[in-house]
Amino acid sequence: MGGDPEHSLVSLLAVWLPLVGAAIVGASGLPGLFLARRSAPGAWTAAVLHLLGAAAALGGAAASVVTVGATSLDLPWGLPFGSFRVELDGLSAAFLVPLALVPALGSVYGLRYWSPRAHPDTSRKLRVFYGILAASLILLTVARDGVLFLFAWEGMALSAFFLVTIDDRDDQARSAGWVYFVATHVGTLALFGLLAAVASAGGSFGLDPLPDTAAPLGVGTVIFLLGLIGFGLKAGIMPLHVWLPGAHAVAPSHVSAVLSGVVLKVGIYGLARLTCMLPHPPVFWGGLLLTLGVVSGIVGVLFAVAQHDLKRLLAYHSIENIGIITMGLGLAMLGRSYGRADWMALGLGGAILHVWNHAFFKSLLFMAAGAVIHRVHTREIDRMGGLARSMPITGALFLCGAVAICGLPPLNGFVSELLIYLGLLRTVQPIDGVAAAGAAFAVPALAIIGALAVACFVKVFGAVFLGSPREHHDATPSEAPGSMLAPMLVLAAVCVGIGALPALALPFLDAAARAWSVGAHAEALPLGLLAPLWWVSALAGATWLFAILLALGLRRLVRPPGAARVGTWDCGYAAPSARMQYTASSFAQILVGLFASVLHPRERRPRVGRLFPRGRSYSSHVHDVVLAEWVVPAVAVLARQAARLRIIQAGHIQLYILYVLLIVIALVLSAVPLLDLLRSLVTR
Amino acid sequence: MSSATDALLVLILLLNFFVLGSSRIRSIIYTIAAQGLLLGVLPLLVHESIGVREGLVSVGAIALKSVVIPRMLLRAMADLPIRREIEPLVGYRTSLLLGAAATGASMALAARLPLEIVHPPPLLVPASFATVLTGFIVLTTRTKAITQVLGYLMLENGIFIFGVLLLEAMPFLVEVGVLLDLFVAIFVMGIIINHISREFASVSTERLAELRE
Repeated sequence: MGGDPEHSLVSLLAVWLPLVGAAIVGASGLPGLFLARRSAPGAWTAAVLHLLGAAAALGGAAASVVTVGATSLDLPWGLPFGSFRVELDGLSAAFLVPLALVPALGSVYGLRYWSPRAHPDTSRKLRVFYGILAASLILLTVARDGVLFLFAWEGMALSAFFLVTIDDRDDQARSAGWVYFVATHVGTLALFGLLAAVASAGGSFGLDPLPDTAAPLGVGTVIFLLGLIGFGLKAGIMPLHVWLPGAHAVAPSHVSAVLSGVVLKVGIYGLARLTCMLPHPPVFWGGLLLTLGVVSGIVGVLFAVAQHDLKRLLAYHSIENIGIITMGLGLAMLGRSYGRADWMALGLGGAILHVWNHAFFKSLLFMAAGAVIHRVHTREIDRMGGLARSMPITGALFLCGAVAICGLPPLNGFVSELLIYLGLLRTVQPIDGVAAAGAAFAVPALAIIGALAVACFVKVFGAVFLGSPREHHDATPSEAPGSMLAPMLVLAAVCVGIGALPALALPFLDAAARAWSVGAHAEALPLGLLAPLWWVSALAGATWLFAILLALGLRRLVRPPGAARVGTWDCGYAAPSARMQYTASSFAQILVGLFASVLHPRERRPRVGRLFPRGRSYSSHVHDVVLAEWVVPAVAVLARQAARLRIIQAGHIQLYILYVLLIVIALVLSAVPLLDLLRSLVTR
Repeated sequence: MSSATDALLVLILLLNFFVLGSSRIRSIIYTIAAQGLLLGVLPLLVHESIGVREGLVSVGAIALKSVVIPRMLLRAMADLPIRREIEPLVGYRTSLLLGAAATGASMALAARLPLEIVHPPPLLVPASFATVLTGFIVLTTRTKAITQVLGYLMLENGIFIFGVLLLEAMPFLVEVGVLLDLFVAIFVMGIIINHISREFASVSTERLAELRE
């Protein structure tokens, strides 16, 4: 704790405010339980409480950045193991910002998206679990004890399960929920192993840097790999992403926004915290992360291009962006191994800024997609169309998110990708004789990811918002209500803001890098010295100016005053219909064909033989290759083998009691020498 | 004092064997009621000074173990279509042999157990283990739901014997724990009996095997 009282007050606030915020957020859904199922006040109180709690948590994050050194708090805890130790250092604060902000905006969005009137059976349940999920996220970032961390982790995993399966009459939701449930518990199992290994190496469950002597290379590698499995499953790093597309597609859109925007980031936070605990990693850890990042990025965006379901497509883009973040983290790890402060700063800074950016633009995209789905009642891209006319604001907001996710200036995605580019390029030039030029292969990979993302969002935006409606709906879709637009506007403003003035995020990024590099050979350099962020601002300003001038000029050129409105020239065909538009599937077909060896697309192609063929239908489908071709067969084999153990389950109570008896006897027998030992301990 | 305690414990052990060898449910209930009575006397004999606490524990144990619960079970016998025989999975002779082995093992275990209490009555700890193990034998080798209840009761009796030892160290905790346990067991088994008799019209846990999976 700092010496002068003012600092210590601020640093106390920094650790208490998130706790208070988590408590308020966690309880936000409870008042509604006592109100009628269709009552709106329950929903309103939940949103207001959620906003209050999130504001408290954000206040804590801000307070932690202005203080020097983090305050640690050890609260009484009724369990014999672990402790309730919380602390908010720079790394936690950097993750806390999106983790508190996005769910709060989502709760406002949910007021109309999942209103008590439209969903009287589930809206109360949704609000309760939504609050618990958001509170667990806040608690996760501040927990400094492994046991507390696991509690929060399970709170998050279970409440997310109930949110994914909120519509439990839907087959798809149930099966996606089960896949998620199994995946998350495999991850938790790995984390149990991780904690046991950490506790046996370091002597406590604390999440603090372990001394080199406690974790020699072998033990450290086991810890790292367990963490990679546990946290990688949550983050959705390829090939551990199998639960992700299904779960994100079926959940309500603001829940998808939270799952995709922030819950995945907890996996990244876990990896960052873990690598912080093992101060001197060997080179291959960073290399492994970088490689996994490249694979996730490229394969994720390829699968995204091939999707027909709008939300599934966005979910695959999350895998892609997690890949980019993992690349940044891998670079930072390499910097740690080689003692290169600049790689650490650029890699970690880029990764964390991308965590922020992805949280903001991906939730913006999910919310905009949700607003569209709310109106047209389908997730099929090829059944939408022409929505920019009926939902202009939603369309503009979606476009904003799309530009951001493609990493194009002047929005925020560009800035974080630029930092990672800069860092990766630095690995080519040796300084003090150290260079890891192999890492530079990630630069073209990042470029490919960006290009494919642009292709994908051209497809989505073109098919969903441009052209004319492909299907007739009962009523023409109208603009989304204000309470859904407002959170999206806030997110879009943040995207524009970070894109225009990235230097404002610097205190958080620098604090995070400082906290992360404790114990490393070199402390991370301030990011402001390494990246030309003010040039980025200038460039963003110039781009905005150019775009606005171009738009005005084009408007004048294309539609001079007094010009008549006519239809597009249809090449002389007399009876065009809306179904004759270029579809999203056909747009993506070239890319899908090029990468058929990865995507394994399935097509039902009709044979058109005669001169006047009758009606034919064509369909194509790209399933998740890892899930359908690797995981499902492996699980089937496992289930067949496990069926042999059925003889244990005979169904006789007597037999079960016998099992208990045998185990008790075995325990007693094994405990007799131990008891001797215990007595010698007690009597001493 | 000690000789009286030991005599009592020997009686308790003998009753264990009687339970294992008997073929009639009614006589087993009477046996367990008698064992409850002996257990109730036990705290008065083990402890040098008899205070209000020991008295209360003793009266409570006798009331519950030898009056209330046996009467409940007898009523269940009368109300439900339960056949009088035990129908064990293992023969009576084998059960008795198992019981003897369990008692022997308890003696051996108790001798090697490093206890904090300086001079426990020599038979107390073995009797406790032996009763617990006998309860387990009843639980695992008898098929009827009501014999399951009896097995649980014996198990609790064994724990009670051990609890007598701890009466001075952690008096309230032990007693409340023991009695509460008992109530829970009876409660649960009562529900099971009712449930089974309604669903299957035969009070045998063997039919529960149909519920597996």
